[in-house]
Amino acid sequence: MILAIARRELRSLFLSPLAWTILAVVEFILAWLFLSQLQTYLDWAPRLAGIEDAPGVTDLVVAPVLGNAAVVLLLVVPLITMRTLAEERRARTLTLLFSSPISMTQIVLGKYLGLLGFFTLMLLVIALIPLSLLLGIHLDLGKLAAGLLGLELILGAFAAIGLFISCLTSQPGVAAVGTFGALLLLWILDWAGAADTRASGLMHYLSLLRHYESLLKGLFSSTDVAYYLLVIVTFLVLAVQRLDAQRLPH
Amino acid sequence: MTDEILIQTEHLYRYYSGHCAVADLGFELRRGEILGFLGPNGAGKTTTMQMLTGNLAPTSGRIRIHGMDLLERPLAAKRQIGYLPEQPPLYRELTVREYLDHCARLHRIPRRQIAAAVDRATERCGLGEVRNRLIGNLSKGFQQRVGIAQAIIHVPAVVILDEPTVGLDPLQIRHIRELIRDLGREHAVILSSHILPEIQETCTRVQIIHRGRLVFNEAMDRIDERLRIRALLLQTSAPAEAERLAAVPGVSGVQALSERRWRIDYDGDSPAPALAETVVAAGWGLESLEPVRRTLEQVFVELTAGDPQVVAPASEEAA
Repeated sequence: MILAIARRELRSLFLSPLAWTILAVVEFILAWLFLSQLQTYLDWAPRLAGIEDAPGVTDLVVAPVLGNAAVVLLLVVPLITMRTLAEERRARTLTLLFSSPISMTQIVLGKYLGLLGFFTLMLLVIALIPLSLLLGIHLDLGKLAAGLLGLELILGAFAAIGLFISCLTSQPGVAAVGTFGALLLLWILDWAGAADTRASGLMHYLSLLRHYESLLKGLFSSTDVAYYLLVIVTFLVLAVQRLDAQRLPH
Repeated sequence: MTDEILIQTEHLYRYYSGHCAVADLGFELRRGEILGFLGPNGAGKTTTMQMLTGNLAPTSGRIRIHGMDLLERPLAAKRQIGYLPEQPPLYRELTVREYLDHCARLHRIPRRQIAAAVDRATERCGLGEVRNRLIGNLSKGFQQRVGIAQAIIHVPAVVILDEPTVGLDPLQIRHIRELIRDLGREHAVILSSHILPEIQETCTRVQIIHRGRLVFNEAMDRIDERLRIRALLLQTSAPAEAERLAAVPGVSGVQALSERRWRIDYDGDSPAPALAETVVAAGWGLESLEPVRRTLEQVFVELTAGDPQVVAPASEEAA
């Protein structure tokens, strides 16, 4: 059941030009960032050679590109997640799901799995950029893997938030703007708390991108992973609740 | 097994923020029955249908589908329901085949039987020629048929159709009516419509809902009795004489609609055979002789327009 919904979701995504356009644009922008980062590295390389235990290509090229990828994706994710439930509600196809023998949890999980499938595909395409370096030089694959895991987790969190906000409205546009706002807020939370030392700890902790940074450094900490999983579970549960509430009298 | 109860509702209520859309609705529907659901706009027809299909939770009351409580065992109960909402729930970017395939999966049809189920539904709804076309490119009539195919693909015990013939041409309407009658043989069908003759023609039972309450619930064969007025309509090719018609035994009144058209009231058994003989014997040329019926429309208007309050909340479409 869950798979049937996920399959339909993925299929519809790829039947629209939107998904293809987004894949192409993201790939192009990241390739550009990657090339300019590589150029900077090449300029610095002679000087780095003298330093003992100098940071390598993985630190100076791959990590910044993956870091920027998270920001680029923050802009792009709302465009993909906006349609999930808002579009179904607008086109009145949600009735089909509601009158089928499927629970709300299965609907939400199916939708989420479909989104995750798309984002995983996107991640694989993005991963090809740093992996292309393997043709000529050696990379720290462990660090790269940690970075990609971080990117997948952050995408998973973005998708869960987007899915929940898409549950709230019947207009995809509203869902996109709402999701974008929420993601941006969760990103810049720690800027706001910079001055106040006591509150900044909490803000710092809540910020979505902060937990990604340590993974980019190759530091796999269960706290960070747990943070993302918690965000995902919370918003999926909220989405189920929201869908269920729609049927109830109020 | 033919009188097995497939739908049973008891004391169904539904409120929308204080406004009562459905009040104390209770009825039963058996296998082999086609229920016509009538009511003015905003009477609560769609709300009721949404509650029966699990799209809305009732404020209070019970719904049993094929013996299973919809609120306690929603998944088991929903497997027995096929629902076509007012606006068919179609994914425009899929082809008819892909869409029905998806619906079959949603309804938990075993993988190996999916192809057969899709073929059967496409054939039944006359979708063979468009099966590989995109739903978004189909005409309204075909889209409606895809919606019906979706509702019957899993062979549910109960089929609920919300205005299934809207936007179809007369030929398609005929086809859909046949399909509904066909469905009515093995399933229980609920049908809502604004077209009264359609209900009169296809349904075996009629319910009129008005301001959220059931005001009329009668089997069609009993309605026929209620609708029949003791009167005949006679048409002749030559002018007839009132006195000689009135002299026929059983005739209580003769009213000339024109020289050649007569309305004949009677008491007791129908005097039609004697009347025919008289007309033929007099050489007036019998063209037609038929019983006068009240239409369902008259019953409908009597039940729903009598209440002066109806006029005001007519715009308050409940769902």
